[in-house]
Amino acid sequence: MDRRQIWLSLATLALFAVVPPLTVIFDQPFYMDMVARIMVFAIAAVSLDLILGHGGMVSFGHAVYMGIGAYAVGILSYYGIDNGFLQIPLALAASALIGLIFGAMSLRTSGVYFIMITLAFAQMLYFLAISLEEFGGDDGMSSMRSEFAGLIDLNDAMHFYYLVFAVLAGVLFCLHRLVLSRFGMVIRASRTNERRMQAMGFPTYRYKLAAFTIAGTICGLAGALFANLNEFVSPDVMHWTHSGEIMIMVIMGGMGTLIGPVLGATAFLLLEEYLPQWMEMAMTDAGEHWAIIMGPILIAIVLFGRGGIHALLAASLGRNGNNGSKRDD
Amino acid sequence: MTEPALKIEGLVKNFGSLVATDDLHLDIEAGEIHAVIGPNGAGKTTLIAQLSGELRPDQGRIQFAGRDITGLSMPARSALGLARSFQITSIFPDFSTLDNVALAVQAHAGHSFRFWQPAGKDQSLRRPALDILENIGLAARAAEPAANLSHGEQRQLEIAMALATEPSVLLLDEPMAGMGRDESGRMVELLRGLKGGHTIVLIEHDMDAVFALADRITVLVYGRAIATGTPEDIRANDEVRAAYLGTEAAIEVPHA
Repeated sequence: MDRRQIWLSLATLALFAVVPPLTVIFDQPFYMDMVARIMVFAIAAVSLDLILGHGGMVSFGHAVYMGIGAYAVGILSYYGIDNGFLQIPLALAASALIGLIFGAMSLRTSGVYFIMITLAFAQMLYFLAISLEEFGGDDGMSSMRSEFAGLIDLNDAMHFYYLVFAVLAGVLFCLHRLVLSRFGMVIRASRTNERRMQAMGFPTYRYKLAAFTIAGTICGLAGALFANLNEFVSPDVMHWTHSGEIMIMVIMGGMGTLIGPVLGATAFLLLEEYLPQWMEMAMTDAGEHWAIIMGPILIAIVLFGRGGIHALLAASLGRNGNNGSKRDD
Repeated sequence: MTEPALKIEGLVKNFGSLVATDDLHLDIEAGEIHAVIGPNGAGKTTLIAQLSGELRPDQGRIQFAGRDITGLSMPARSALGLARSFQITSIFPDFSTLDNVALAVQAHAGHSFRFWQPAGKDQSLRRPALDILENIGLAARAAEPAANLSHGEQRQLEIAMALATEPSVLLLDEPMAGMGRDESGRMVELLRGLKGGHTIVLIEHDMDAVFALADRITVLVYGRAIATGTPEDIRANDEVRAAYLGTEAAIEVPHA
């Protein structure tokens, strides 16, 4: 593990930590909500990075686990169960189970087939959610915020913010440990050369399946937070474009770096927020065509910025290693 | 006579109309270095792939120390003590040399569902790995990313990784591929040092190395074993000479 990566992670988390006091001082509560939203997506992106960046599994249906986590909270809330101590474990269990099932089938394939089958499974649940009239169909449904026996009050923006912050920090720390563990070595090496791993005696399938399930579970947690953030759940969260966005966050930020996807989620959502406004300022009615600028930015990052934002920052932080575009883990 | 380390019976493998392995019968005796030679396309690598479990034969059986392993997967065969090195260097270039070997040690150190302790500080993996690197002469390069090793060193690392799984049988697919004279000389010494402790199936194009090392040689042509015997037998075999001269005149069978 690169030292710069650790410093970058700590610096990023420190910046997130000071956002709420700043929004209070400058009386801009909107930013607290926006950054909370960024962190929710960061959790999802970091979970995808475990399998995409470290494990080389190009899952194109990762948003489905966000959807499962969100619906677990939403459906319980619909039946009047707002207890977070019930909702969160159920969201985790449901996304773990679906991750296990989808992973077990998807990981029998590889390459383009794996991409397509993960996409297909995700779309399947998307359409299932649309068909659930009881839970609002494609209009979705509103969902009360989770109650935590008075310990934290999610209706308080500050409480909610620091809950999401704590989850993000915890996920980053745990995955950092996991990536360096024996399990992590197997996952990372299987990305490089699975055939060799099997010849050395590793039954790689079960390790990849475990990683896939862990990633789905963490993403389900992000989904549970997402439902609380919006007080609303709809099938849109599972749509494939959403999976694509999470993947873009990972690639933009730097695959296989864990903190990179956090930076990627930040950059992506800030651009999504401000790009239309900037374009509107430049030209009337230009704002709605923001994707015209966003598209080329993403292509430029993929083509020229190998290693993403993480590589750019790590390179400018110091040159004690080899070149910045190299994946250092 | 003891049980052969590997017993190959009636092995057949077809790729469409191409017969890569054609009713092959072969016993690999425990402790011997058994070289498999033959012109390009003779089915040598296909044989290794079937022995290691990467390819399933269409017909026939493979026994490992008396046990039928024909239906076992690669990891299961590795667990029994069958290790393979690859013709195309298959190391993990992002990892350090030591990490590469430690990973191979880890493969046989129980399951790897251990999520918390850093593998890079685990002495139960690092120490045996470092011992192997010392034996093989790569200890000085332990911390170096494997990508930075020379071709010859990478081939050595390839062997070290196979050894780290504590195999009884080594399947070596052209360990000298692409090596210069000095490097292959060192590899010959390395393999000679393994003799006795391991049974080795050696595929190699470098005839000097083959005749220097092998206890027995099998000549494979179009998936068929046309001869098996001591280096002296093979050198004197007319059919072998004809097969080689007929297909690949460039390879000369050296004289002692």
